[in-house]
Amino acid sequence: MEQPLELESDDDLTDSEESVYSGLEDSGSDSTNSSAAEEEEEEEDEGEQEEPSNGAAPKVKGAPRKSKALGADPPLKDSEGLSVPDEYEEDSSDEEDIRNTVGNIPMEWYQDFPHIGYDLEGKRIYKPIRNKDELDKFLEKMENPDYWRTVQDKMTGADIKLTDEQVDLVHRLQKGQFGDVHFNPYEPAIDFFTHEVMIHPVTNRPADKRSFIPSLIEKEKVSKLVHAIKMGWIKPRKPKEDTPTYYDLWAHEDPNSILGRHKMHVPAPKMKLPGHEESYNPPPEYLLSEEEKLAWEQQEPAERRLNFVPQQYRCLRAVPGYPRFIHERFERCLDLYLCPRQRKMRVNVDPEDLIPKLPKPRDLQPFPTTQALVYRGHSSLVRCLSVSPSGQWLASGSDDGTVRFWEVCTARCMKTLPVGGVVKSIAWNPNPTICLVAVCVEQSVLLVNPCLGDKLLYGATDQVLESYVPPEEERVQPVQWVTATSEEHSRGIRLTVQHSKALKQVTWHGKGDYFATVVADNSNMQVLIHQTSKRWSQNPFRKSKGLVQCVLFHPIRPYFFVATQRYVRVYNLLKQELTKKLMANCKWVSSMAIHPAGTDGGAGTVPKVMCGVHPVMDVPFPPPGDNVICGSYDSKLAWFDLDLSTRPYQLLRHHRKALRSVAFHKHYPLFASGSDDGTVIVCHGMVYNDLLQNPLLVPVKVLKGHTLTMDLGVLDVVFHPTQPWVFSSGADGTVRLYT
Amino acid sequence: MGGLEKKKYQRGSATNYITRNKARKKLQLSLPDFRRLCILKGIYPHEPRHKKKVNKGSTAARTFYLLKDIKFLLHEPIVNKFREYKIFVRKLRKAYGKSEWGTAERLKDNKPTYKLDHIVKERYPTFVDALRDLDDALSMCFLFSTFPRTGKCHVQTIQLCRRLAVEFLNYVIASRSLRKVFLSIKGIYYQAEVLGQPITWITPYAFAHDHPTDVDYRVMATFTEFYTTLLGFVNFRLYHSLNLHYPPKIDGQAEVEVKPAEGKEYAMDSESYLEKHKKLFEGLRFFLNREVPREPLAFVIRCFGGQVSWDKSLCIGATYDVSDPSITHQIVDRPRVEQQVVGRYYLQPQWVFDSVNAKLCLPVADYFPGVLLPPHLSPFVTEQEGDYIPPEKLKLLAMQRGEDPGEETEEEEEEEEEEEEDDNDKDEEEEEEDESEKEEEIKLKKMEEQKAQSNKALPVKVTAGKVRLEDKQRLEQEQQSEEKRLAIMMMKKREKYLYKKIMFGKKRKIREANKLAAKRKAHDTALKEEKKKTKKARRA
Repeated sequence: MEQPLELESDDDLTDSEESVYSGLEDSGSDSTNSSAAEEEEEEEDEGEQEEPSNGAAPKVKGAPRKSKALGADPPLKDSEGLSVPDEYEEDSSDEEDIRNTVGNIPMEWYQDFPHIGYDLEGKRIYKPIRNKDELDKFLEKMENPDYWRTVQDKMTGADIKLTDEQVDLVHRLQKGQFGDVHFNPYEPAIDFFTHEVMIHPVTNRPADKRSFIPSLIEKEKVSKLVHAIKMGWIKPRKPKEDTPTYYDLWAHEDPNSILGRHKMHVPAPKMKLPGHEESYNPPPEYLLSEEEKLAWEQQEPAERRLNFVPQQYRCLRAVPGYPRFIHERFERCLDLYLCPRQRKMRVNVDPEDLIPKLPKPRDLQPFPTTQALVYRGHSSLVRCLSVSPSGQWLASGSDDGTVRFWEVCTARCMKTLPVGGVVKSIAWNPNPTICLVAVCVEQSVLLVNPCLGDKLLYGATDQVLESYVPPEEERVQPVQWVTATSEEHSRGIRLTVQHSKALKQVTWHGKGDYFATVVADNSNMQVLIHQTSKRWSQNPFRKSKGLVQCVLFHPIRPYFFVATQRYVRVYNLLKQELTKKLMANCKWVSSMAIHPAGTDGGAGTVPKVMCGVHPVMDVPFPPPGDNVICGSYDSKLAWFDLDLSTRPYQLLRHHRKALRSVAFHKHYPLFASGSDDGTVIVCHGMVYNDLLQNPLLVPVKVLKGHTLTMDLGVLDVVFHPTQPWVFSSGADGTVRLYT
Repeated sequence: MGGLEKKKYQRGSATNYITRNKARKKLQLSLPDFRRLCILKGIYPHEPRHKKKVNKGSTAARTFYLLKDIKFLLHEPIVNKFREYKIFVRKLRKAYGKSEWGTAERLKDNKPTYKLDHIVKERYPTFVDALRDLDDALSMCFLFSTFPRTGKCHVQTIQLCRRLAVEFLNYVIASRSLRKVFLSIKGIYYQAEVLGQPITWITPYAFAHDHPTDVDYRVMATFTEFYTTLLGFVNFRLYHSLNLHYPPKIDGQAEVEVKPAEGKEYAMDSESYLEKHKKLFEGLRFFLNREVPREPLAFVIRCFGGQVSWDKSLCIGATYDVSDPSITHQIVDRPRVEQQVVGRYYLQPQWVFDSVNAKLCLPVADYFPGVLLPPHLSPFVTEQEGDYIPPEKLKLLAMQRGEDPGEETEEEEEEEEEEEEDDNDKDEEEEEEDESEKEEEIKLKKMEEQKAQSNKALPVKVTAGKVRLEDKQRLEQEQQSEEKRLAIMMMKKREKYLYKKIMFGKKRKIREANKLAAKRKAHDTALKEEKKKTKKARRA
């Protein structure tokens, strides 16, 4: 490290020398340039003993070369002080050292070569032979007295022994002294421009006149300023008052001056006033328990009801500063100018006023209110119920594969008919002169004579059935009518109508001759209409319109209601056309019932033309079949008024679960719905004959009793034909009577 | 079909609103300037009733301003000042950049300033309007007056805030209009009634603030700029209403003790109880120990006519010494007091605040030094029917009615219990529906079981029937509740929703009240047991 440092310092030395003289010795000609270069070449040739500093040293024209070679040093040059060096000699970095032409490159690049560069003629400059190993070096270090003053020239690779003068120079520079021994930095300063006023003018020119007379322009300017000051246009700068001044701002309050804007102004709501829980010493009940505290911490800051945890301190001294005080103020500021405001009307309603005023159920009696009888016997869920037209007998079909006949008043099971399959639907013939029950078992409809009640009556029924004379020519039928065997006959089964697929529902026409069946299928053969007397079946529809849920005959007129999943279609059987399509507004219709009018079910008492305006005043009771209710699996009950619209007049969402069945009472304005939540809701559904008056629907009773089994509650609901009683069958295997 | 086609969003509410960015462009202001303008002018965004319509069919979240508001801002002279200020800053920066100190000095001298007087008048056309909106102004000024004099905001602002706040306090003392004080964990709430308007403000406890980094002080400073102007004018008017000179000569340090002479013409309230409340501490001489917060206590005591002093070394303005024999109450907040002087009460500071809220001098026994203090209740809570009322409040109410608290306690407790019972009754009523249903079911089940049993056990037994006493009232209630339930079934969907919501709210309220009551009960029983134990331990 030492060597290059020293070398560099040598370079610096020469530079400083040059700078010292550069100002004064600047009269030399540029023509010396080439000769100087030549000289240098020669010097190079002379030997490696020459210092590197020499190349940079100012050259003196005609100076003896030998003396230079011996160590041209500054003092020597100093003595020849006034000789002119060529200051442009080393202007370019390329010419710094022309002994070696490789230029200013790291010399390590030549480490692996025998030469160290090229001279001006392009010949290699070879490194001096060095074959000293460490031991030689050490010996030399020990033996050579000049070892300490030997340095290696990087450019040529030669060892140079510094002379005494050079060593001195290095020492001086290391001490921070000037390189030149004779240079005196503290020479007395020469005052070139003297401070003493000379007695004679520099020039001999006489003074101008304008230096004697005052300036007019200045005078004008001054007078202008004076005038402006006099006039008060220019005032001395007043110190500004930064204390605000206040006065009575509202001295003249003018109500008319209130801008219209203020009417639109929504004042910011005030901050909520603190409650007991914010106290520093709140009552103990306001402090949060551990769980509450944990819950508070886990809540989002925006969701918290309190934005702080209530704390208790024994005394005022212990209360610390609130760390979020500035935050809260800042948030209030943000609320004030960033939060959108809106005038909101707070609903100030008494909740009692929202409850509709309905007639009291007490005034709408009679309706079933209490559970009177429970019919036990079935071992599995009871799917279907039917009451005889006389109201004396009740038939129920169950999943345990039996049909049971009960006496209504005593809850006594009169008869049990095993049918060997799940009974899906059961229907008592509505004709009071015929004692016949249609039972859906798997793929067939059994027509059963229960042989209950008047012997004459059921005997007559058998006679009617036996009086059938098969027609001469056999017609192609979609089903098979099979007469019961004697064994079956003894059990009561009279006829079997065998279908090709499993059955879903059977329903009688009001006169008791026709009945319709629904097959669980998606074809056009879903619905079939059968005639008992002729033992004849037909398929009324050519095309399937969706999955049929249930079908019903109009009580008196030749209409046929078909409920698919979302629609109820009303067909005119005579004209064989679609009359109406009711939108049920629910997802899946489960059941349907038709309002049977307030009259006794006697058929055909009220003639009615469908398309015309029917005579209002003449009709003592509203026409039957104008109101239909539909229960759906999405726990809605839709009441349709066919005269009003094809959409429900009212959707009742009374039940909490799917509705399974709905039923109208024949005489009383009642309808009931049974649902999976185990309740039967009886509603008062008054229909007025005045067309302008809408039906009045009032729920009057919620009947409970069935227990839930397998998530099923009430499966079927049937009204007693004459009394305000309702039967319900449930999944718990019981049938219940509410009176 | 005639006439021009009506274009969408060119009429109606879509034209009444303007989005923030559009408003900004219309005013040619940068966002910070726009915000500052909105703060100063009190312009706030509006929530349109039909957001989608206003937003031209889009549902993106945008803030809307009323177009009228923005048009109103267009004529605001301050907007021009904002622009001038912007230019001033630019020039100044340039001058500094060029090292033209003279120019910079000159520019600084002519720095554009604006006044907010007209805005105050415009935002609050009447004095009462200004009073109504004073809450935030006061709270902010009190907060700023506690800020350190370095950093954060200008020293002048802080000093001004301090001055205005103290002036307001002086007015409250002079007019004796303080009504309620509340020591919360956040700070001290005060409520004064000025010209019939309740004004509530909060002051932080006297501790150094831990200045948060996520708070934009510029916004707060802008608010304070407006609030100081407002408060200045309000103070002026208030002082003049008392026939006092404004601004009063107040020394920065001894603010509270320089009490302006009370105006004789101050309209006295006729209500005697209010008069009594105002003179609550009349004739009492307080001495504040070193450890109690001097400023709020001195303020409150003076508001109610008491005389107050403190240690001379603590702060100037001390009028008498500890040894003064005429001192009636000494406020102390340390566990024990040595060298008690006979003839004065040594009390904890809560006594002063509780007395003010109770509007009477409370019995001192509960507030002696070192005693477990009774809970400090919020005077801002007015319990409605059905709300939970802490027993301390009940006691207080009884005391206010003039009943003797000593006898009252037991009765109160009884009352409490009764009330709790009432609450329980309510619950029962609520649950009654379900219960009655359940009961019916149970009955039915029993009947069925009996029947089943009777069916099984053929030898029929006839047991003597029990006479069932029919509770007519209960029956009637049941019937009514059933009717109600049925009627609720017939409600329309929308009304049902509303009804359910209201009922839910009510039930939640009751539930919360019950929860508090239960908590209190548990706490009290725990306390009693502990007492018993200690008693036993003492006996043993």
